[in-house]
Amino acid sequence: MGVTSGELIRSVQPVKRPRRKMANKFKLFFMALPFLIVTFIFYYLPISGWIYAFYDFIPGIPLSDTPYVGLKWFRTIVSNPTQTAEVMRVLKNTLAMSSLGLITSVFPVIFAILLSEVKAGWYRKLVQTLTTIPNFISWILVYALAFSLFSVDNGVISHILVQFGLVGEDFNFLASNSNIWVTMIAWYWWKSLGWGAILYLAAIAGIDQELYEAAEVDGASRFRKIWHITVPGIIPTFFVLLLLSIGNLVNNGMEQYFAFQNAMNKDSIEVLDLYVYNIAFANNFPFATAVSMLKSVVSVVLLFAANTLSKVVRDESII
Amino acid sequence: MIQLKRKKLKPGEVFFQSINYLLFGLFTLSCIYPFYYLFINTISSNDLSAAGYIKFYPRDIHFDNYFKVLSISGLSHAALVSVYRTVVGTLLTVGASAFLGYLFTKKEMWGRQVWYRSVVVTMYFSAGLIPWYITMNNLHLTNNYLAYILPSIITPFNIILVKTFVEAIPPSLEESASMDGAGYIRVFWSIIIPLTTPILATITIFSAVNQWNSFIDTAFLMTDTKYFTLQFLLWRYLNESSSLAALIRNSPDMAASIQNMQTPTSVRMTVTMIVVLPILIVYPFFQRFFVKGIMIGAVKG
Repeated sequence: MGVTSGELIRSVQPVKRPRRKMANKFKLFFMALPFLIVTFIFYYLPISGWIYAFYDFIPGIPLSDTPYVGLKWFRTIVSNPTQTAEVMRVLKNTLAMSSLGLITSVFPVIFAILLSEVKAGWYRKLVQTLTTIPNFISWILVYALAFSLFSVDNGVISHILVQFGLVGEDFNFLASNSNIWVTMIAWYWWKSLGWGAILYLAAIAGIDQELYEAAEVDGASRFRKIWHITVPGIIPTFFVLLLLSIGNLVNNGMEQYFAFQNAMNKDSIEVLDLYVYNIAFANNFPFATAVSMLKSVVSVVLLFAANTLSKVVRDESII
Repeated sequence: MIQLKRKKLKPGEVFFQSINYLLFGLFTLSCIYPFYYLFINTISSNDLSAAGYIKFYPRDIHFDNYFKVLSISGLSHAALVSVYRTVVGTLLTVGASAFLGYLFTKKEMWGRQVWYRSVVVTMYFSAGLIPWYITMNNLHLTNNYLAYILPSIITPFNIILVKTFVEAIPPSLEESASMDGAGYIRVFWSIIIPLTTPILATITIFSAVNQWNSFIDTAFLMTDTKYFTLQFLLWRYLNESSSLAALIRNSPDMAASIQNMQTPTSVRMTVTMIVVLPILIVYPFFQRFFVKGIMIGAVKG
């Protein structure tokens, strides 16, 4: 009984620890393994589907029975004039909507700055709570709301606009090809403005209040306080989000456009993601795969470019 | 001098504040009014609604629309599918994110950095819709309920959130438990889970909302109507007026009362309301969680 339990443990540890650690090393790995397999199946396995871009694949016929065509589908993008025109049209829509998105990405910044100027706390909270709601409904629901507000036969807003003589009886907002880019970006901000401002509001809340007090003593105007204190405080957040959206230049996502598309506005609403879906459903699988393959490669390159830019400018990576 | 200045509001200040309050008021109204408009129209007399009289308050209140629409057989089944994917899908992704997020904090795991990075990097690339569709098809996940819940098990963003959160827990808590002989599973269950409840609540909400709102996977993978979700059915109702009109004609129940006869518009509005109501109902409860979630995500994202 000359040895205390503490000493005993200490004397045993050097022998026991390494072996336990070795065992734990793999135990942990095997516990994670099922999840890693799921990750592989749903995120990495689909990459093998790129092979379909090199065959004259028709759904239903096994790949082994379909002829290998090399780069044929990639070449049609540039060699077939109708195909080229199609792709250019879609690319134009994609870049137009992305650029509009980039330009308007200051909206949530402005929203946050102006909202933080509101003195009444209850009003600020109310605005923030209610304007975030649209972020949580799907684009199908947004479209359903748009449908009941803007449809030709009994949309309330269409009614009002017709009554005031602003638009003709038969003007159809939802089926119009003109201004669809602007309409889409407007719906986008209707849905995401309140949500997008949350990050900036938090950044503003983190700014040292003493700075404002000091500026006030110096007699700084509201605009000068915003410009010299608030704006520098939220620029880093803005910059990260801006860079991430550069990485997503060709990925507008398709849910919004899928919900709002119809035969009348298709020409201007079709972005890359939606185009891929549409040609796949016209059963041109190989071409759809080729296009989505190019898109994936371009977006990875853009992401790396944005990341490099971030490293150079801010000395910090975004991914 | 400064005190004086603060007390007396300058005309410019009054002007600025009024405009500011007004603009926020208008935007807030525009966010809320569509929901309100839809609601008052679904509970007002369908005649008045069709004539466009219901703009600001309901008239001749009735709830026939809801009962009639819920009696469409495909619709209640679609509601069940939506509830199923929301509940099961959320449970799976929360459980998996919590467990995997915890495992990834263990420095002694074999190849930890590699595995963690290979999970996180999937946030930034995708093989594309068609390769994904072909893979799902090869796995027999088309027209299969599993397609709704399996792919979402691994959500990299959730895993990052949990990992970041667990790393902030003092290691001494865990160490004392493992000194007592508790294994990883036990530590996870009795120490990590209780301590990570705030972040798990955030993840639960985001996943549930995402699952409820999903429709692209249905559009891609499901051709059999029995797999359709509410969202997808709503989309069909919005786009196929003729089939909706036929649906109404063919159900004798629909035309029961003349005043409240079902029209494609009333059905559309009511279905929209049914799909949106669950979100509006739970929103006040989860509202306080998401700010925390988005902040942790922003720090580490």
